[in-house]
Amino acid sequence: MYGFEAMTFNIHGGYLEAIVRGYRSGLLTAADYNNLCQCETLDDIKMHLSATEYGPYLQNEPSPLHTTTIVEKCTLKLVDEYKHMLTQATEPLSTFLEYIRYGHMIDNVVLIVTGTLHERDVQELLEKCHPLGMFDSIATLAVAQNMRELYRLVLVDTPLAPYFSECITSEDLDDMNIEIMRNTLYKAYLEDFYRFCQKLGGATSEIMSDLLAFEADRRAVNITINSIGTELTRDDRRKLYSNFGLLYPYGHEELAVCEDIDQVRGAMEKYPPYQSIFSKLSYGESQMLDKAFYEEEVKRLCLAFEQQFHYAVFFAYMRLREQEIRNLMWISECVAQNQKARVHDSVVFIF
Amino acid sequence: AAFDGGWKMEYIDNLPSMDLMRSEKMTLVQLIIPVESAHRAVSYLGQLGLLQFRDLNDDKSPFQRTFVNQVKRCAEMSRKLRFFKDQIHKAGLMPSPNPASQPDIELEELEMQLADHEHELIEMNANSDKLQQTYNELLEFKMVLQKAGDFLVSSGGHAAAQETELDENIPINDDYADSASLLEQEMRPGPSNQSGVRFISGIICKSKVMRFERMLFRTTRGNMLFNQAQADDQIMDPVSNETVEKTVFVVFFSGEQARTKILKICEAFGANCYPVPEDTTKRRQITREVLSRLSELETTLEAGLRHRDKALTSIGFHLTKWMTVVSREKAVYDSLNMLNFDVTKKCLVGEGWCPIFAKTKIQEALQRATFDSNSQIGVIFHVMDSIESPPTYFRTNHFTNPYQEIVDAYGYVAPCVHQINANVAKYQEANPAVYTIITFPFLFAVMFGDWGHGICLLLGALYLVSREKKLGSQKLGSFMEMLFGGRYVLLLMSLFSIYCGLIYNEFFSVPFHIFGHSAYKCRDATCSDSRSIGLVKYRDAYPFGVDPSWRGSRSELPFLNSLKMKMSILFGLAQMNLGIILSYFNARYFSNSIDIKYQFVPQMIFLNSLFGYLSILIITKWCTGSQADLYHVMIYMFLSPFEDLGENQLFWGQGVILLLLALIAVPWMLFPKPFILKRLHTERFQGRTYGILGSSDMYNDEEPDSARQQHHEDFNFSEVFVHQMIHAIEFVLGAVSNTASYLRLWALSLAHSELSTVFYEKVLLLAWGYDNIIIRLVGLAVFAFATAFILLMMETLSAFLHALRLHWVEFQNKFYHGDGYKFKPFSFATLPDDDD
Repeated sequence: MYGFEAMTFNIHGGYLEAIVRGYRSGLLTAADYNNLCQCETLDDIKMHLSATEYGPYLQNEPSPLHTTTIVEKCTLKLVDEYKHMLTQATEPLSTFLEYIRYGHMIDNVVLIVTGTLHERDVQELLEKCHPLGMFDSIATLAVAQNMRELYRLVLVDTPLAPYFSECITSEDLDDMNIEIMRNTLYKAYLEDFYRFCQKLGGATSEIMSDLLAFEADRRAVNITINSIGTELTRDDRRKLYSNFGLLYPYGHEELAVCEDIDQVRGAMEKYPPYQSIFSKLSYGESQMLDKAFYEEEVKRLCLAFEQQFHYAVFFAYMRLREQEIRNLMWISECVAQNQKARVHDSVVFIF
Repeated sequence: AAFDGGWKMEYIDNLPSMDLMRSEKMTLVQLIIPVESAHRAVSYLGQLGLLQFRDLNDDKSPFQRTFVNQVKRCAEMSRKLRFFKDQIHKAGLMPSPNPASQPDIELEELEMQLADHEHELIEMNANSDKLQQTYNELLEFKMVLQKAGDFLVSSGGHAAAQETELDENIPINDDYADSASLLEQEMRPGPSNQSGVRFISGIICKSKVMRFERMLFRTTRGNMLFNQAQADDQIMDPVSNETVEKTVFVVFFSGEQARTKILKICEAFGANCYPVPEDTTKRRQITREVLSRLSELETTLEAGLRHRDKALTSIGFHLTKWMTVVSREKAVYDSLNMLNFDVTKKCLVGEGWCPIFAKTKIQEALQRATFDSNSQIGVIFHVMDSIESPPTYFRTNHFTNPYQEIVDAYGYVAPCVHQINANVAKYQEANPAVYTIITFPFLFAVMFGDWGHGICLLLGALYLVSREKKLGSQKLGSFMEMLFGGRYVLLLMSLFSIYCGLIYNEFFSVPFHIFGHSAYKCRDATCSDSRSIGLVKYRDAYPFGVDPSWRGSRSELPFLNSLKMKMSILFGLAQMNLGIILSYFNARYFSNSIDIKYQFVPQMIFLNSLFGYLSILIITKWCTGSQADLYHVMIYMFLSPFEDLGENQLFWGQGVILLLLALIAVPWMLFPKPFILKRLHTERFQGRTYGILGSSDMYNDEEPDSARQQHHEDFNFSEVFVHQMIHAIEFVLGAVSNTASYLRLWALSLAHSELSTVFYEKVLLLAWGYDNIIIRLVGLAVFAFATAFILLMMETLSAFLHALRLHWVEFQNKFYHGDGYKFKPFSFATLPDDDD
């Protein structure tokens, strides 16, 4: 029923859409970033943030601040907002919101498993986990020895269980396996999310397809670049790409055989939307690629707010806030380590 | 309408000044304060609260300003104070409401004190947390010992078949040494019996038991036995201060690998494991030990708690005082941050707005500051010229404040199109609040005319007014706050309702013979035809208000409708005329002759030639008792202006002349003003090729008011013209629609009287008709509820809203610009409370 969302959307989604748009207007602006970049100490950052929506979360922090505290408190605000929206949401919006956190769940699972492999303390690892990706039995991940156990003991109870079908092996866990597992899970997750959005139809599916396709393509490029020079075979690499997106299927064939960054570039420049990203980079360079991708993503996320009556605004808002927190983390780190010259290297302005 | 007739300009100019009519005269002042006395000077100004600082460092971010470190220190101190408050709240103590009188303390001293207190508190908290932790562990251990012991015994008793096997295999914790090592949760497996069944006992949150058991089952592939029992006592969680229900469990399993896994799971689930010796005597011995340590700890804990409470009480004694001190200091430094250093770095330069009457007070305060801080140089205070429009400041009191608020609230609802931050009256513009004080309650009462309901309102208002001191000092809910704030509005509203109710002769819709006897009587004794035919007049008219006998008679509704409708139009016209006359006073005040000639005069003519005429007809009809049909007169004035009006004729050519006047007034309003403005503009810039730099004084006071907005922009003729066109059309259409809008007075008044009639007749009288006490009581209750909630609350609200609209739209759009900004002096009294 494309085109008729306006008639019924507000019955269930209107309140939350208003809420999320209100939240969006609280995002830091370019002027805020300019001021933040001029800060001399972390206290200055706190002082500046206290005039923004982060104020109440930071005001009770005693004075010698750490970057981690700032990031933690800012994330806490995001989580509070997310929880508020989740408790107010009805189907299918609540499922949609749940989908947003699966990515963090995957990251957390990988974090814990890798950490246990390197014999880190579980509590310490738990503190590093993203609060959005927490689930009840996450601490028990440390018990598992291989993929099969991981699935059977812990993950079978979580929403991630269906994504595991492709990577159940009895092999013992090692770094390579875990990385493959992460990407397989992510692939399954993105495909599932994509299907779900298609099912929702209307503007939601239109905009979310675009955003998720971008996400899938970015992952494909990153997988390719990261796997250059490793023992991952071409077929295995091909298997990790999500089965949708602008690059699917021909771009994937090309990426699968790439042996260096310039070949990736060659493959990607055939796609007009990505041409602009790669045209900013000089040949042989891949450091700035992340930032270029982030900038492109932020641009697309902001565009999601131009249309009304769809769920993509929730996705876009969460992503934008996460980007903002990344920015804050980078700025705080630069300020804390006296590297102010590098402040602009990684900050992505949102508006 | 008291102004028509031969008044003289001089007479108007010599009227006594009305404080509320025009906002206070403001002036821009500059302060040059020596650094050493700056802090004191600013804090004295804060006590005075009559100077609004202008931010001279607008381009600097907060942390680049001069006194940022002090602001940071204040923020840090208020954080500590919040921490104390939180702690006091957690401990269930109340900060003492009346702050101890104590000499003023210096900020540095206070800072040190606060740091000490915080340090002390944190240490105490850490200690008591540690103790609580130990205490919890012991308590848990005790419970595990009790419950798990039961399991071990019963498993020995019940499972007879397994018993032999179990008995051999169950390990015995015989190397149990001391409880200290137990507290470190060190698991001591029994002497390993490789093939044997072993167990782990511990305690876990009740909410996690199910998942815990499932996880255990999965990991051991079902090769385990899980026993659980509800713990008797609840454990206090030290972090959230809440009690948590816990469950004691015992897991039986076999094999070394299973043990590691189970221990890992226990750790993951936050389950605390405690070893329980198999031997009953040993168990008893440990239980005794644990119990004795528990009681020991309990006393220690209590002592610690008492100590902390004492410390907190002593803090709470000063807390309120400290909080005000800190928030004032912060406000002072925030204000100091708005000042600039001069070139020599020895003085701070500040600018600000102050009302002219306050200049001497400010100077006195500054002198006092210089004196008190033993400064060599005094503060220099002088008046500056400004092209900026000054802020608007009305000095109000308890009585006038709510009316001013009613007027100011307009800006929030319908912000002016030209400026974004518009909300209060323009500087020195005529203030509608002066008239609102009487017209607002009066228009309300026209709609709410019932002296019974009026008395109810009056009682409420009197209650609020008489308890003013008490209610004013305490915190009220938002609804009560609103009622309390508007108590004087309520008072006048109720008085006017009683007055109007007496005129309408309504008392809960019952007419009363208060002012003598009715002039009418029925035609016969049964009075059966009063509805159909009417009454007979037999004596002089009823002296005041509506004749009580008319209630329910044939003439009641037609008479009241005709009266209220015509009355509404008369009131409306009077109020709109007042609005236009105020626009004259505004134009005169700002010396704007164009607005008088090309806006005020045609507007007066247009409105009065059509609706003023109607009003005169209405009054004439009332006075002469003429039977003329006013609809006919008004409609045919447009359709055939030359028709002979017969007995309606007041003067020759009545219809034609009035219609012509109205028609002439429209282009008069529309065309001349923009062209004259254009001419003035071109004259001013004639012969100048370049624009003028610093356009501070090129517009003198004779400058037309509307041109002020174009201070910094070019004169755009089409924009001015379109604006004028909108204005003229709005007025012409508004004259009709606003007059019609005043008919709401009639409609609401009718609705109110009909509603109260329904509740009185159809509920109360109907119920009274039955000779049954219960039905009567029910009827009375329904009537009381309907009166209280529908008539007194809902109707009051709706009449209030309609009166509000009549003032905001119909009255104020004739003259009120409302594009000023409010005077916000730096004052300690208005600092927000940190209470929330």
